[in-house]
Amino acid sequence: MNIGRRSFLSFLIGGAAGTALSPLPWKLTDDISIWSQNWPWTPVPATGEVTYANTTCTLCPGGCGISVRKIDERCVKIEGTPGHPVNDGGVCPLGSSGLQVLYGPARIKTPLKRVGERGQGRWMAISWEDALAQTADKLTELREGGQPQSVACLSGRTYGTMPSLLQRFMAAYGSPNFMTVPSMRDSYALTFAAMNGQTAMAGFDTENTDFVLSFGSGIIDGWGSPVRMFRANSAWQGGRGKVVQAEPRLSNTAAKSDIWAPIRPGTDAALALGMAHVIILEKRYRSDFVSNYTTGFDAFKTMVMAGYSPEKVAQITGVEKNTIVSLARSFARASRPLAICGRGRGEVPGSMNEFMAVHALNALVGVINRPGGVWALPEPGYIQWSGPDLDAVAIAGGRRQRLDGAGSSNPAASLPNRFFTTVAAGEDYPIEAMFISGANPDFDFLNNQRVAEAMAKIPFVVSFSSLMDDTARNADLILPDHVYLERYEDVPAPMGFQRPIIGLCRPAVTPQFNTMHTGDVIIQLAQTLGGTLADAFPWDNYEVCLQDTLGDQWDTLVEEGYAMDEGFSPAPWADMFGSRKFDFTAAGIRNGFVPVPIAGDDITYPLVLMPYDSMRVASGAIGNTPFMTKTVDENVLLHGMAFVQINPVTAGSLGLRQGDKAELTTPAGKAEVRTDLFEGIMPGVIAMPRGMGRTPYDKKLMKHGVSTNPLVSSVEDPISGLEAAWGVRAKLSKA
Amino acid sequence: MKGATTHRYGMVIDLDKCTGCGACMIACMAENNVPFRDDESDKLLSLTWMRIFRLNNGKPFPEADVCYLPRPCMHCEGDHGHSPCVSVCPATATDYSRETGIVSQIYTRCFGCRYCMGACPYKARLFNWWDPVWPDGMEKFLNPDVSPRVRGVVEKCSFCYNRYQLAKNKAFLEGRRELEENEYQTSCTQACPAGAIVFGDLNNPHHQVHQLVDPDMAHGGRPRNPNAFRILERLGTNPKVYYLSSREWVRRSGDNTIEGEGKLKSH
Repeated sequence: MNIGRRSFLSFLIGGAAGTALSPLPWKLTDDISIWSQNWPWTPVPATGEVTYANTTCTLCPGGCGISVRKIDERCVKIEGTPGHPVNDGGVCPLGSSGLQVLYGPARIKTPLKRVGERGQGRWMAISWEDALAQTADKLTELREGGQPQSVACLSGRTYGTMPSLLQRFMAAYGSPNFMTVPSMRDSYALTFAAMNGQTAMAGFDTENTDFVLSFGSGIIDGWGSPVRMFRANSAWQGGRGKVVQAEPRLSNTAAKSDIWAPIRPGTDAALALGMAHVIILEKRYRSDFVSNYTTGFDAFKTMVMAGYSPEKVAQITGVEKNTIVSLARSFARASRPLAICGRGRGEVPGSMNEFMAVHALNALVGVINRPGGVWALPEPGYIQWSGPDLDAVAIAGGRRQRLDGAGSSNPAASLPNRFFTTVAAGEDYPIEAMFISGANPDFDFLNNQRVAEAMAKIPFVVSFSSLMDDTARNADLILPDHVYLERYEDVPAPMGFQRPIIGLCRPAVTPQFNTMHTGDVIIQLAQTLGGTLADAFPWDNYEVCLQDTLGDQWDTLVEEGYAMDEGFSPAPWADMFGSRKFDFTAAGIRNGFVPVPIAGDDITYPLVLMPYDSMRVASGAIGNTPFMTKTVDENVLLHGMAFVQINPVTAGSLGLRQGDKAELTTPAGKAEVRTDLFEGIMPGVIAMPRGMGRTPYDKKLMKHGVSTNPLVSSVEDPISGLEAAWGVRAKLSKA
Repeated sequence: MKGATTHRYGMVIDLDKCTGCGACMIACMAENNVPFRDDESDKLLSLTWMRIFRLNNGKPFPEADVCYLPRPCMHCEGDHGHSPCVSVCPATATDYSRETGIVSQIYTRCFGCRYCMGACPYKARLFNWWDPVWPDGMEKFLNPDVSPRVRGVVEKCSFCYNRYQLAKNKAFLEGRRELEENEYQTSCTQACPAGAIVFGDLNNPHHQVHQLVDPDMAHGGRPRNPNAFRILERLGTNPKVYYLSSREWVRRSGDNTIEGEGKLKSH
């Protein structure tokens, strides 16, 4: 057979057409795509038995019940526990990405001893025996040298057995310098102490409120227990109530509110007093409450009548006169109104003047301890340990003045803010050792340069952090705690929750690394130190201590995951204000509106910088997880650079356009930023999210953006001594 | 519409309740093994099955208003019986299920031509430009019910189809053929702390999704509830994701309208 050109081509074309009509190409395409996806480096997650472990989240003070889905011994997902009184199945972004904390590369895997310079990141892994022995040696040396007061301790948690154990250790050891990290919880407690005349925590019956007047509180930006507040907000959106948000910036809360009243920053107390003026003038206050259970009303009335007419308040706050009047009327007219404060998430304690002015509004409309109102809750009282017995050294040390000045002349429980300033200045006696648990002061405190200065003067810094955060990075010794999914702990008093409740945090998995519960560390240290210290910690380990402490409630906690006083109702007025009446003339409010003097003059720094809180950016000791950073919008963070929100009018006057690079300067520091033109922010005000710009200890975790903390100068509240700075003056210039 | 669909799973998102917190995005990433990279700020390259858009009313201070709009895959059911992406896929890697109304994505069939991405009017489809890499130890939290994808394939929201399969298996073992409303819920619905997302069968008048939007099945499921809308309604893609908003400017941002245009019309 002769193969000519023609027959050859026919064969080729015919063959191609035939193949194309056959299933072969399609089958091959399919096979190739499957084959090309079988890479050995693509993980194939193992299957196994599915179980759920119910526990309590401790990543923020919200106290949500979480349910961890497990495949054999792996945790694969965190979901909210349905039916839990705090969050009923919902979960926040941080909570649902908690496994990235558990399994994340930021975990500290073993006790570490610093070998290089501080902050250099050079560590030596040591055994727990060595780590505990070195800590005990240092403590013994200081105690034998007669300076037990030179040991300080900072706890991120306020309530529960963990802070109590730390506090007990410090007392038995002989140091007065035990501190917790303050928040709006402290400001509320001090407001209650001054006005209600009692020690109590603030609870908000938001489920039953029908009119919320919020002075900058981020109801859906993380205030209180976030998921609980989201649920309350959804109920209000569904027609159960109205929300009024007074804030200079259109936060998510403001955008979802029924009325947004843009107010000049820092003038919230004046607005509250202006509304009090209208309410009193029009006699819309709850006269039965005011006349029977309050004192100082006449003085308060005289003060607001003289100085806070709607016209004057409009001048101070920038809120229109008619708006003030109508807001006051609708607030007083509502059947269950509630006024709240604590800016954003409420992490900065804030100005007592503001808290008291807002609390006075609640008193005027008679919603203290009433349905839908603000409730005085007893502090958790289940920790009933006897003693501790103190030896002579402990008594002598404990009598020394606290370095933060809290407790004696000052009503606040602790003032770590002032502590770091005092230590940095080298005033009074030196601090030789510092223990830090559940807090990240090197990052979290405003003006954190001071913290760094103070830390530089403390020769022995011990961190209990599970993660290599900014503070652990600068420590001398790290005794890593288990993360919350690996440990037991009681979680009482979720922020703002209106009933006494204890959640149980319990292990969902066995510890992944060579870590130890800080409770066990404390117990072992005390037993090593011996004497009265060992007597004060009679428990074999933390778990025994926890079970002993919780007594009858332990079984309920194990079974339900939480123990709540279902039938709790707040004390009636007659009991609460019978002997000690509500005081309208407490020191913080007696003289009317007192602005917080933020740093900077308005000539050099024509703008005002306000940090804001976002649910997508975690602040506090735990930073952003990779999932959270992934949710951050491109006009908040782009290629590692943070944006400042600025009104287009202000931006125009500075020659700045969307996305321009700019230099942000404040009296405290400088930062490179980009500009985001936002119509929802008051001209002259700029805003940045709090919580970004952590030290990059891990590429995938929070290296991004700029921290607002070093930019904002700290301002002490004149009444409480707590941090009160809500912002700082700033300058923005095109880079 | 061609052929009857037994179930028509759909979603209703109440934008009045949505806080834009991002919990749905993260619950989705956790459920579906969505990977992450060092820098995800370039959103064109960022894989997020559920993405939250920030809408604004374009007015100056203080009339400015913003609203968040979470966008999963719309699981379109076009007027002509096909979804935009399904009709262009040369590999049959994506298909419309007549049983559930879910638009599937079969990664092992996808060869990455990305026609579907071009066809999708909602930008709900995403391409894996890189192999996923989980930092050491983090592969421990991967969910075995969803296969991690590789470089070169397109992925998108599946309405957590793995959860549907699990629920169906469970029902089958219990001798049932039909699922209860709460048996099959997507991860985002379950997580939403504001309770803004509702999921269920649009064909079932007892399901909340049906009651909330009152879909007009004779007209592609167009909502009869005046506060409900779908994105780009006039394209005729008939999405199964509905939005509720009491604010008119939000409802109008759901489609491209010209100034002064009245009620939205179907094409």
